[in-house]
Amino acid sequence: MSGERIKILVVDDEEIVRESLGGWLEKDGYLVEVAADGPSALARLQAEPRAVLVADLKMPGMDGLQLLEQAKRIQPDLAVVIMTAYATVDTAVSAMKLGAYDYLMKPFDPEELSLMMQKITAQQALIRENAVLRQALKKDQGFRDLVSRSPGMQAVFEMARSAARTSSTVLILGESGTGKEVLARAIHAESPRAAKAFVAVSCASLTESLLESELFGHERGAFTGANARHKGKFEAAHGGTLFLDEIGDIGPKLQLDLLRVLEERKFHRIGGNDLIEVDVRIVAATNRDLKKAVASGAFREDLFYRLDVVVLSLPPLRQRKEDIPLLAERFLERLSVEMMKPIEGLSAEAMEGLLSYAWPGNVRELRNALERAAVVARTPVLQLSDLGLPARAEPGPAAPAGGALPSLDAVERRHIAAVLSSTGGNVSQAARVLDIDRVTLYSRMRKYGLKRDGEEDDTDPGHHQHS
Amino acid sequence: MEPIFLWWIGEGPAQAGLLEHVRLHLAAAFQRPALPWDGPERPAGALDPRRGQHATSVILTWLLQAGPPAGKVLAVTDQDLFIPILTYVFGEAQLGGRAAVCSTARLAEGVALAGPRLLVERLAKEAVHEVGHAFGLRHCDTLGCVMGRSPGVAGVDQKSHQLCTTCRRRLEEPPARRPHVR
Repeated sequence: MSGERIKILVVDDEEIVRESLGGWLEKDGYLVEVAADGPSALARLQAEPRAVLVADLKMPGMDGLQLLEQAKRIQPDLAVVIMTAYATVDTAVSAMKLGAYDYLMKPFDPEELSLMMQKITAQQALIRENAVLRQALKKDQGFRDLVSRSPGMQAVFEMARSAARTSSTVLILGESGTGKEVLARAIHAESPRAAKAFVAVSCASLTESLLESELFGHERGAFTGANARHKGKFEAAHGGTLFLDEIGDIGPKLQLDLLRVLEERKFHRIGGNDLIEVDVRIVAATNRDLKKAVASGAFREDLFYRLDVVVLSLPPLRQRKEDIPLLAERFLERLSVEMMKPIEGLSAEAMEGLLSYAWPGNVRELRNALERAAVVARTPVLQLSDLGLPARAEPGPAAPAGGALPSLDAVERRHIAAVLSSTGGNVSQAARVLDIDRVTLYSRMRKYGLKRDGEEDDTDPGHHQHS
Repeated sequence: MEPIFLWWIGEGPAQAGLLEHVRLHLAAAFQRPALPWDGPERPAGALDPRRGQHATSVILTWLLQAGPPAGKVLAVTDQDLFIPILTYVFGEAQLGGRAAVCSTARLAEGVALAGPRLLVERLAKEAVHEVGHAFGLRHCDTLGCVMGRSPGVAGVDQKSHQLCTTCRRRLEEPPARRPHVR
């Protein structure tokens, strides 16, 4: 017998049967263990999976069919062979219905046993091969969207891969657009929870009461407009992962509610009496400095320590410029497919432009710039002009003539104008780059007298502010 | 080098030349002396009256008590053999132990037509096979190897008297600790 030895567990209350069958199978090259009853067999299966279970039908206490049923719950791919000296059609049918591989009448012909074991071995080899192939295909699949050659990011990925194998709470820190949600999805995809849901909630996009209802759900009639029972995101993520984005933005009441659910893994729906228990892995993210928020009293210290278990800090794109060509190549490949448009790459000048820009909106801004370029480009090789980058590569808050530092409004106005210019006046794109919603951006544009292309709006001089 | 002892424990007399043929094959396969062993005793209590067959476990235990004090001992019988879970066996051995037994009863199938030579050949293969187990060898997947599974006589006829190179190499290895967990 070649390769890894197949593990067989023989269960029979008669010692002579255990010994003779065990000895025979051992000579056939199998790794055999024996158990005298169902409960001890189940305990062994729980401790370590086996390929085959050969069990007697009639045993005191737990019989072979009960053992079969429970063993299949522990290990669904287990091949179970039921032996009996008292075979009836009914028991044979019951055994097969419960998922037995086959049925043997004691004593059985050596040829029959040998052939059955060879068939099981071949089947198990196929199952193993299949699993290995699937594993090889799946390996790192979750991290395929995370492209980086920078040592800082590699260290983050390494830690994320380790964290993925556990159920520990993960806190992802990083500026807007650095890929916090992509990393959270990768952790989920590489975790044992991958088959269950990944549920993402943006904590900053909803009012506190709406967010509370969104997270915990509500019962019918819990508040005006609650016309039906609504299951919250915690329930939706049961068995899987709940991604709480922008967790630094939640108010004090919700901080307390979250703390409770993180500690107890139990909660009530709004207006409900039933205690709901959930098994949810929390991955939280924020672009805020939570330690400072704790120091200023804006964020609960106890909640912070609940979240601060595995901390992954994503560096901004300006600190890992070596990733820009790699990311650009990946994005352009996808854009070419999505747009069904031939895109061969970037001109040297365009690449230089990408490398010299500061990317305040990080990877998200880079992707948007490339999408815009892919739309406007007239040649398969994208040009610097297609990218619509601001004329100054580093649009930082340069001090104006005279040495006085600019006001915060002036810096904000200039930055919004630059981003609007880079998106060709596309407000939605600019809002994504700035990581604010469109309504907020329109309000700021009105405030600063900016038009869609980033130029000053002469029609609204009342809000015009000079920087 | 400890020898292999060969002992006829059948009810009737052994066929002329049968044991000598087996002895020569054992000596050649395991590269050590194979010697006849004899005694008037026969294993008691091995017959299961319900099954009308002889239990190999009883015979193996008896061989260790009544047989030679050292080396391996292979008993050959004309009685049908069984282990409790199987309808019959051609033979049985202690894996990595001292005692082995094999029977001519089931190997005689078709011999009346093909001639006594067939039984001699089959017995020699099963004798080497069982003694191979006593040397710690398990069943082998190599085509033609004498340690191949042979649940029926057709399987015995298909294999050779020889150990394949892998089994031969395993024989030369120091005896491994049995991983069998009980």
